[in-house]
Amino acid sequence: MNRYPWWKYTILGLALLIGLVYTLPNLYGEAPAVQVSSGKATLKLDAGIVPRIEQVLASAGLKPDFVQFEGNSVKARFGSIDEQTKAKDAITKALNPDAADASYIVALNLLSRSPTWLASLHALPMYLGLDLRGGVHFLMQVDMKAALTKKVEAFTGDARTLLRDKNIRHAGVTRDGNNLVVRFRDQAVLNQAQALLTEQLGELQWAATADGADFVLTGVFKPAAAKAVQDAAIKQNITTLHNRVNELGTSEPVIQQQGADRVVVQLPGVQDTARAKDIIGRTATLELRMVNTSAEALEAIRGGGPVPFGSERYLDRDGSPIIVFRQVILTGDSLTDAQPGFDGQNHEPAVHLTVDAKGGRIMRDVSRENVGKRMAILLFEKGKGEVVTAPVIRGELGNRFQISGKMSTAEAADTALLLRAGSLAAAMDIIEERTIGPTLGADNIAKGFASVGYGFAVIALFMCGYYLLFGVFSTLALAFNLLLLVAVLSMIQATLTLPGIAAIALTLGMAIDANVLINERVREELRAGATAQAAISAGYERAFATILDSNITTLIAGLALLAFGSGFVRGFAVVHCLGIITSMFSAVMFSRGLVNLWYGGKKRLKSVSIGQVWRPAGAAAAADEPAADDTPAKA
Amino acid sequence: MEFFRIRRDIPFMRHALVFNVVSFVTFALAVFFLVTRGLHLSIEFTGGTVLEVEYAQAANLEKVRHTVDQLGFGEVQVQNFGTSRDVMVRLPVRGNIKQTDVAPLVFDKLCHAESGKVVTKQYTSPKGEQVSRQACVAGADAEPMKLSRTEVVGPAVGDELASDGAKALGFVVLGIMIYLAFRFEWKFSVAAIIANLHDVVIILGFFAFFQWEFSLAVLAAVLAVLGYSVNESVVIFDRIREAFRKYRKLTTPQVIDHAITSTMSRTIITHGCTQMMVLSMLFFGGPTLHYFAVALTIGILFGIYSSVFVAAAIAMWLGVKREDLIKMTGNKDHDPNDPNAGAVV
Repeated sequence: MNRYPWWKYTILGLALLIGLVYTLPNLYGEAPAVQVSSGKATLKLDAGIVPRIEQVLASAGLKPDFVQFEGNSVKARFGSIDEQTKAKDAITKALNPDAADASYIVALNLLSRSPTWLASLHALPMYLGLDLRGGVHFLMQVDMKAALTKKVEAFTGDARTLLRDKNIRHAGVTRDGNNLVVRFRDQAVLNQAQALLTEQLGELQWAATADGADFVLTGVFKPAAAKAVQDAAIKQNITTLHNRVNELGTSEPVIQQQGADRVVVQLPGVQDTARAKDIIGRTATLELRMVNTSAEALEAIRGGGPVPFGSERYLDRDGSPIIVFRQVILTGDSLTDAQPGFDGQNHEPAVHLTVDAKGGRIMRDVSRENVGKRMAILLFEKGKGEVVTAPVIRGELGNRFQISGKMSTAEAADTALLLRAGSLAAAMDIIEERTIGPTLGADNIAKGFASVGYGFAVIALFMCGYYLLFGVFSTLALAFNLLLLVAVLSMIQATLTLPGIAAIALTLGMAIDANVLINERVREELRAGATAQAAISAGYERAFATILDSNITTLIAGLALLAFGSGFVRGFAVVHCLGIITSMFSAVMFSRGLVNLWYGGKKRLKSVSIGQVWRPAGAAAAADEPAADDTPAKA
Repeated sequence: MEFFRIRRDIPFMRHALVFNVVSFVTFALAVFFLVTRGLHLSIEFTGGTVLEVEYAQAANLEKVRHTVDQLGFGEVQVQNFGTSRDVMVRLPVRGNIKQTDVAPLVFDKLCHAESGKVVTKQYTSPKGEQVSRQACVAGADAEPMKLSRTEVVGPAVGDELASDGAKALGFVVLGIMIYLAFRFEWKFSVAAIIANLHDVVIILGFFAFFQWEFSLAVLAAVLAVLGYSVNESVVIFDRIREAFRKYRKLTTPQVIDHAITSTMSRTIITHGCTQMMVLSMLFFGGPTLHYFAVALTIGILFGIYSSVFVAAAIAMWLGVKREDLIKMTGNKDHDPNDPNAGAVV
């Protein structure tokens, strides 16, 4: 009766194996590494740089464990700090010939020392949270109202242009909060305008009212459109932050949306809050200028003469020089949107740009006079400008125009991103800031592990002493639970924090409950006179429902913490909930498996090693009715 | 080895009134302290700034307090944290200065007080990681103090946390009540929730009385304890149901006594094991986990008491009857397919 079919043992064996493999990477510690990331928004790293770095390292006589492209940086791991330092120097020299204008950020970092075969199984170590490894954490509030206002501003201009183009006479287009208000003198014109605006500016809900002598048309954001604007704003901010944070050379920056209007930025290993804030808060600016194509300018490009007066020399993304006029046509402030897409006529990839009303007027004037000439779009970062693109003006432009020709879809997407990357879609405020020093982090790890270790040891000692062999099985099941929990956390690439470690400790302390329930029940069955095999079987079966009940109530609390918690609470809740689930498996199935393996084959089992089973003297083995006070009862 | 050699059922319910009076008095005291003293909320809830500074030598708290007071932030708390070299400075939210500038400003002043200067230090850690940080340097290369942690929380975030905490508590209470009502009967669900909420209030009462800092960690501990203590009630209720089914002659108090007595051993051992783990956190977990472990300890101890003595007694006052639990009577032996056949220990 106490035998498992082979497939149950197979499941247990597999779980053990998977648990071991995925727990393993956490035990290797960290090795020195060099990380190369892009130093400029206009430079996008791809896997193509890996052979180049490998070559640089080979020629410097250095042998990295591996060089790999991951996310948006290249990482190379080394055996010693000495090699790491040399590698950094070699790579810096090769990639950044001009130290004053570095295109790449080369930083020293730490990477997991686990072997590559584990990584190829996606067995990666858990991330360590900031409280365990030190770093800075920012929670930023995106000013969504401003994002909407900016959009309504743009619509105000659009509405004016639309009405003028159709010769509809209005008595003023204004922005009132986040609403667009258009006034008219008579009803007929209003109706005409309403039809036009509903069709052209579908993001707004247009409603007509009367205000004294005036007829008023009010455009209010449709909820879906407002949400789209906000989503776009937060996405753009996150992209911009990613680009900027690269510069810090952090190994695993976390930039995530939290809730509808917040962004979390976590920079492990970064200690310099001031610099981090500086980088996060920096604004890049975008400028539109005309390209100087005069004979002197061409001469200057060839290197044959000075840059003409009133012009400047910049490089484009391929590194070839372009001479542009100093005069700025438009700045990035006027650019309201840039999206990749396709040309309406020849279906080539294109970037669609939208500028505000004022910008549209300037663009119209400038483009009319300069058909056939080139216009450059420059991105200024850290005081240095670079030409993103310099298309030829094909005709008169309005406030919506496109850049197309000789672009791949990916390039179009990149360009659009760059044009947007210049600025944040909406301002952000830091509403929560946390820095944790590296020594404090190391201290926290040591303390967290010590609590789990000592707690586990005491429980194991007690269980083994009190329940003997069954205690050993319970302890093994508890260890298996720990293994599975760590493996699952590594598998989902959770971030381990101090609350997470506390949750591991507490979950283990609670998980032993299942085994205590089982062991007590088995003892009770024995006390009641059941045979050894029957007692084991009944003990496990009868305890199961209670175990399920108690785990469900604990899980309800865990889920509530997960749903409503943030920070400490969330880190705790994730581990707690997972731990409850793994403990069900380990305490019931794994320990049963061990018991079955040990006792299951023995046909004439006389006794089980579960500690002393005390029977009240004189009491019948199976007393049927415990009387209240004065007759012996079964305990 | 067998700790619990109980020959007969202990007549707990005979003393039910005493237990309930004891509970009520503790509860009333807890509420009294909560009302009069209030909780000492951490800055996670109130908003504000916290700095933890590690001095090279034992810190002079008076001097630190004096230096910070000069900045005029209003009510400032300066206290040791963990060791005598670690100092924690807590500042409230002030309107006239940008909140994220407070921590650097205070650090700068404290550094000056140690006749040092704040510079940006860049170096590579022994493990091989680039570090750049604001360090307070005095003289050649000595660092009289180090900034080990800062935390800045805006007031809006704090309000949200408080309301989220309340929501979480509500969710847990409701979830558990529904589950128990479904699994047992409404009287049990009411009894279990009253018993366990009484634990929560008592934990909070302790925090109010001693003015321990109530942080998010403590909140997590309180909710975890709530889920955990309910287990205890579930186990006992399971036993009560089983006893009702098995022993038809016993009165309700006798059934409850029997259930409590027969689960005694498991209750003490399980809670003992959990408590050992919590004590390990209390002793080895450092200051961050200190109040977390304290809250758990109080919760576990009162959890045993309340779920054993209070929950069952309330269920008794509410008038639990055999018929409430065993609805499909008729056959004498309990039907193994009975969906209400509950867990037994």
